[in-house]
Amino acid sequence: MSKILYYSNLLKTGKISSSELTKIYLDRIEKLNPKLNAYIRVLPEYALAQASKCDEILSKDKSSSPLTGVPMALKDNLSVVGLHTTCCSKMLENFKSTFTASAVKKLFDKGAVMLGKTNLDEFAMGSYCNTGIFGPARNPYDLEKSPGGSSGGNASAVSAGIAPYTLGTDTGGSTRQPASYCGIVALKPTYGSVSRYGLLTLASSFDQIAPMTSTVTDCAIVYDAICGHDPDDMMTFKRKYEPTYSQLSGEVKRLRIGISDDFLSSSSEETIESVMKAVDFYVSKGAEIVKVKLPHIKYALPIYYILGCAEISSNFGRFDGIRYGYKTSLQYKDIDDMITKTRTEGLGKDIKRRIMLGIYFLSKQNYKEYFQKASMMRNELIRDFSNAFETCDLILSPTSPTSAVSLDFTPETIVEKYYADACVAPANLCGLPALALPCGIGQNGMPIGMQLMGPNFSEGTLLNAGYAFEKECKPELKPSIGVNYDL
Amino acid sequence: MTYNLVCGFETHVELSTKTKIFCSCPTDFGDEPNSHVCPKCIAEPGTLPVVNKQTFIYAIRAGLATNCTISRIVHFDRKNYTYPDLPKAYQLTQFTEPICIGGHIKLDSGKIIRINRIHLEEDAGKLIHRGEYTFIDYNRGAVPLIEIVTEPDISSISEAREYLEKLQLILRHIEVSDCKMEEGSMRCDVNISVNKTGEKLGTRSEIKNMNSLSFIEKAIAYEYSRHVSAIQNGEMLYQETRRFNESDGSTSAMREKENAQDYRYYDDPDIPTIIIEESFIESIKRSLPELPIDIRNRYLNIGLSVSEADLLIKYKKVADYFSEAIKTGDPKILSNYILGEIFRLLETEAKKEIFDILVSPVQLSSLSNAQKSGKINAQLAKKALSEMLKSGKSWETFISESDLQEISDNELISYCKEAIENNSNALSDYLSGKEKALKAILGYVMKKTKGKVNPEKTEKLLIELITKKG
Repeated sequence: MSKILYYSNLLKTGKISSSELTKIYLDRIEKLNPKLNAYIRVLPEYALAQASKCDEILSKDKSSSPLTGVPMALKDNLSVVGLHTTCCSKMLENFKSTFTASAVKKLFDKGAVMLGKTNLDEFAMGSYCNTGIFGPARNPYDLEKSPGGSSGGNASAVSAGIAPYTLGTDTGGSTRQPASYCGIVALKPTYGSVSRYGLLTLASSFDQIAPMTSTVTDCAIVYDAICGHDPDDMMTFKRKYEPTYSQLSGEVKRLRIGISDDFLSSSSEETIESVMKAVDFYVSKGAEIVKVKLPHIKYALPIYYILGCAEISSNFGRFDGIRYGYKTSLQYKDIDDMITKTRTEGLGKDIKRRIMLGIYFLSKQNYKEYFQKASMMRNELIRDFSNAFETCDLILSPTSPTSAVSLDFTPETIVEKYYADACVAPANLCGLPALALPCGIGQNGMPIGMQLMGPNFSEGTLLNAGYAFEKECKPELKPSIGVNYDL
Repeated sequence: MTYNLVCGFETHVELSTKTKIFCSCPTDFGDEPNSHVCPKCIAEPGTLPVVNKQTFIYAIRAGLATNCTISRIVHFDRKNYTYPDLPKAYQLTQFTEPICIGGHIKLDSGKIIRINRIHLEEDAGKLIHRGEYTFIDYNRGAVPLIEIVTEPDISSISEAREYLEKLQLILRHIEVSDCKMEEGSMRCDVNISVNKTGEKLGTRSEIKNMNSLSFIEKAIAYEYSRHVSAIQNGEMLYQETRRFNESDGSTSAMREKENAQDYRYYDDPDIPTIIIEESFIESIKRSLPELPIDIRNRYLNIGLSVSEADLLIKYKKVADYFSEAIKTGDPKILSNYILGEIFRLLETEAKKEIFDILVSPVQLSSLSNAQKSGKINAQLAKKALSEMLKSGKSWETFISESDLQEISDNELISYCKEAIENNSNALSDYLSGKEKALKAILGYVMKKTKGKVNPEKTEKLLIELITKKG
């Protein structure tokens, strides 16, 4: 059942006020967050002020948005005017935003109440939520396991019931992989359907703000609220967005579901098993299964890392210690020296690695071999998908090759570390929408997730297919720590 | 055999749009430092550029006025480099697909200076060094620029000057930029090499950031002789960027670091590829004013001299005013008024540029007609004009108020008769063949009438009267 609609109903019927609901959540956070480290900043005053405004609105207008008065949380790379946006980096530890992200503003305009900011890998680079300066976030199913990353704080908070829903950001799977690890739902929208203005850029042509919720219905409600053209982000599309919420019929008859071996081959047995069970479910409901071929998918990760790092290398040049953010406390002999020291001290290891890689890929002698080739291959991959979507309506795959890994998971190589993104990164590379939702439970009790990926603007189709599954086959997930959402 | 100078220009011109290229901050020059900044133009994290459509219109105007082809597909590239005056650490520019390509500017000699491209980009802020501190003013950051790149077609210092002056003139007339080198709204990088006729181009050096015509002339002269003597002495020339030293007129190589810069250009992912519609270009074409070269030809055709025409078109507002006045008035007389009395009043360049005077083109043209028809003489017209410029009155009002109306023909005849009678000596001299003696009689009339009569007319009348008498 939809959490947002449940709360909205209580609020509108006067069974609870937004202030009371917000206090309940603040209490839960106080109790559970020390164990989870999902929030890195809780903002009780801010939340209660918003809540009391919502109570005023709710007392007059019962027809307001279902989001009015319902609390939520934001990943700490989304800007809110006057508040810290740290990206969990020393570089921005004391940085306060001077404007509010467009997508966040849309939620605020509909009466969302913000409880606080959530944990992430430094600057959203990472897959385990363990590189930030505030320490790692933990998985509510097993505190010794990672909640995934980079939006690990969001997934942990939603999963443990200390945030009804959150906004995360997804550059290469950063909302879907943690959703899979923590047994929640995440929708990476079509590139350009949600404004990036106010999202602290990681890789410009990949980044999208994405709802992370406990149910598919919630995902649809939040997506409907944040999508649309924004004059502050020229990459957003000027088009009419049909509400996805009203497309949730649960009817999947004749839906053509594509399956590609490429996404299954690298996954664990139990993951494949869970995903195949979901396939069986869809078949039983009258969907058709189609084998699809994506000839260039094996290049997806190299392309993603080459192009992503290239964009990162130029996006991160602005952190020079001059106008905002961290500035070296050491002596420096000139401006160059100041900038070098500031960046050396202020940015983490993985960021520096990606910046250096990006500079290498873009440099004159390597541009053709790397950046240009990767750009060309990106187009090939986009063509692969559009060919595939001629024969199917969506592609079903695991979200992550395995269930959550342990907190001290140390991949043997950087490549292995990056491999966690194999199923999720292609959607960002190609701008496609992708929905991640839980589809099973592993032997160790950890959630297993599946991903539905579709052509541009197929959010409605994906959410409806997810909704159909969730309605009848939602796995019985029980976090070891956390609270039930009903009051 | 002497060496040819081979020279090309990359000219940066600040567009006079009201707001910056990627945000809505004003572009005004000379205000309080950092008073025209916002999160976008100081690159606060999370901000994105939003292209100001006006900058496209201005760039297309510049392209059309310099005979360029306007690209239908345009996008921005990132030019990456770290410098404190560049907040994003990359400049957005049109490296691979410039908005205008392949134009030219024609010199008076008929020589064509080819324009390779014109592209749009953003300006950087300004560093101000004070002792051991450096201050940064970001007001100029993200002010829109166009860069006009020529082929290496310039082969003398005078051609260099003429090209730049012509470019300035065009851009001012189409109101794309004020092109003030002293304020930095026009800056040049000059590429120079030398070769012998028929030989391939020599090694090129680039002098960066020149902001005065006379410095540019000095720098070219210096570089030319540096290149020639290096070749003659068998020394190596390096392809490098150099700076001009104002103190002694020399140039010197910039640091190696600046020469080894790798800008890592790539497509900007925040701005979509922009498709320019043919109809958009057409509408801009229709809105373009008459270009200075056409105005000049028109002025020459109605009998002005080259120097008059050039002076009149130098300032757009003057040309507009003059073009309006000659619709009804006499070109030559009007030109004299403007280049004489009016320019004397507007003594500075700035005043001429603003051209804020109290006399309307219609009033001035009416005065020229009065002078031409002989209603009033040149001297009186000049007096009237100077009064009109002071008070804004029409010349008729001025003349009637100050009792300077020309006297009637009958009155004139009686004055002339009186003059002939009272100047018998001069009269007999004249009659004995000394034509100059007539001037004395004329002088008498002028004195008596306080110069209110037309001298030619009076002279004719005097001769007539003397002949009749005789």
